[in-house]
Amino acid sequence: MLRSEHTAGWALASPAVVMFGVFSIFPIVWSIVLSFQDNNLLTGQAEWIGLKNYQALTKDPIFLKAIGNTLKYTAAFVPLSVVLGLFVAVAMNRKLRLMALYRTAVFITLAISTISTAIMFLWLTEPTYGIVNAGLEKVGLPPQGFLADPNEALWVIVAMTVWGWLGFVVIIYLAALQGIPQELLEAAAIDGAGRWSTFRNVTLPLLGPATLFLVVWLTINALQLFDEIYLTTHGGPLYSTTVIVYYLFIKAFHHFQAGLGAAAAYVLFVGILLITIIQFWVGKRVVHYSS
Amino acid sequence: MSEQAVLEAAPPAVVDRMAGPRRRRWLPFDRWHLFLFPFALVMLFPMTWMLVSSVERLAETRHFPPILIPESIRWQNYPNAWRAAPFARFFLNTTIVTVSVVASNLVFCSLAGYAFARIRFFGRELVFLLLMATLMVPFQVTIIPTFLIVKWLGDHLYPGLGVDHLGALIVPNLSNVFGIFMLRQFFRTLPVELEEAARMDGASRLGVLFKIVLPLSLPSLATLAAITFLWTWNDFLWPLIVLNSQDNYTIQLGLVTFQGIHTTAWHLLMAGNVMSMVPMLVVFFAAQKYFIRSVATTGLKG
Repeated sequence: MLRSEHTAGWALASPAVVMFGVFSIFPIVWSIVLSFQDNNLLTGQAEWIGLKNYQALTKDPIFLKAIGNTLKYTAAFVPLSVVLGLFVAVAMNRKLRLMALYRTAVFITLAISTISTAIMFLWLTEPTYGIVNAGLEKVGLPPQGFLADPNEALWVIVAMTVWGWLGFVVIIYLAALQGIPQELLEAAAIDGAGRWSTFRNVTLPLLGPATLFLVVWLTINALQLFDEIYLTTHGGPLYSTTVIVYYLFIKAFHHFQAGLGAAAAYVLFVGILLITIIQFWVGKRVVHYSS
Repeated sequence: MSEQAVLEAAPPAVVDRMAGPRRRRWLPFDRWHLFLFPFALVMLFPMTWMLVSSVERLAETRHFPPILIPESIRWQNYPNAWRAAPFARFFLNTTIVTVSVVASNLVFCSLAGYAFARIRFFGRELVFLLLMATLMVPFQVTIIPTFLIVKWLGDHLYPGLGVDHLGALIVPNLSNVFGIFMLRQFFRTLPVELEEAARMDGASRLGVLFKIVLPLSLPSLATLAAITFLWTWNDFLWPLIVLNSQDNYTIQLGLVTFQGIHTTAWHLLMAGNVMSMVPMLVVFFAAQKYFIRSVATTGLKG
């Protein structure tokens, strides 16, 4: 191997690799150190306290509630997004008039930020003047508090994020649907399979890899929910929408407890890792990849 | 995955044709419209209602039941919202950050992606493995140390890189692992003979990269640019942490502040929200192909 190869390789890779070292590897390691310290974000005063941050987290009822809320949100958001997205993608996977309208309605959500989405839904669900309550009244239902109601706030967050992610889910499923070889569908039809049976036994299994990808990816993002919470509820009412990242943000950047924040971040990391591993493990048993 | 097909969305409806004897049509149109049409209206409703509210008078937004059709269209809300907060400044800041981040990602990810794809250098496999491993680590793990690094850079190196400066949004994002990986994968699919021939003719590595490889990779570069653009433009948590003064706010952060001040002035809020979306929507519709491809091939949403 030529020496010039080493030089050329490193010369081209080094800007990105240096950036990566400084803003990725180094922070990941430093974060572990921080999580074992009582560390003030502003003054930089630090004291080694071992596992005390992690112990404090397990004893903080708000952190435990944040974990519960995050899991509850994820358990609602991911299946709803996947099922609705699949249904819409199947519906759109054909020649139809008005397709331009349907595509716009679904794909436009890709271009809209989490903050803009949250502001729109805040207005829709406004308890006093909001149009959703007006609709409820029209059909004879009592008005709801929505984001102001501790029993409903998290569900409104679920609704707005399902809306916001739908374009993404549909694109993934449409691409997967169009990758299914037509011969397979024709063969199933020749064998006398009806539409539902073809879908159930041919299409659905072939969508397995796309579904696994979506479940894993949506879960990772759901566990990191923050923007919508910050804009709409600030974790309230009564901590009913306090999620892990919101907790971390408040501890680290409002209370300046960098150590506690870092510990919460590592709990999140380990949680994401475990859930992802479980999903892949289950996926391997359920999903079949065509060779 | 055929992104082009996703775009054009006119696959042959094989299953429909094949399901035995054709059912009698009891509707003058495809049954799927029964679901899709109302569904599309529901999806478009939040934005439609935002547009309507954005041209109503304040009194009209404070009416129950809501007034669906305003008495007169009050365009004045838009200039009023524009003046109520320094939106021009927010857009300028966001544009500076987004353009810098997109441009630097194209350059650095290309250089590194090419090195990892084609050049055998010492430590390549190990470094690449390390890069890939960090993709698993959520951003929140690095956020506190990154804040401290940025603060240190501002205090000791150059103020413009520090807390409450736009540099703090740019520098940590100059390149990203995902872009390196994506371009490396693409570069490896190109025929290596072209590059070897150019090398024989005495072209340098950089010459090969810029004259042969990159011109063949334009769709991949456009895809990377689209993702990076979307992600940077809509980013919220990191700007929220490092920026303090309104003059440096990005559009997302500015919008949140605007919302915090005008909490119940829904007509202004909706006008501001519409304005904040316009640039992204324009870019999205102009480059829809690349946005959809970027999602279909990489699975990223900001």
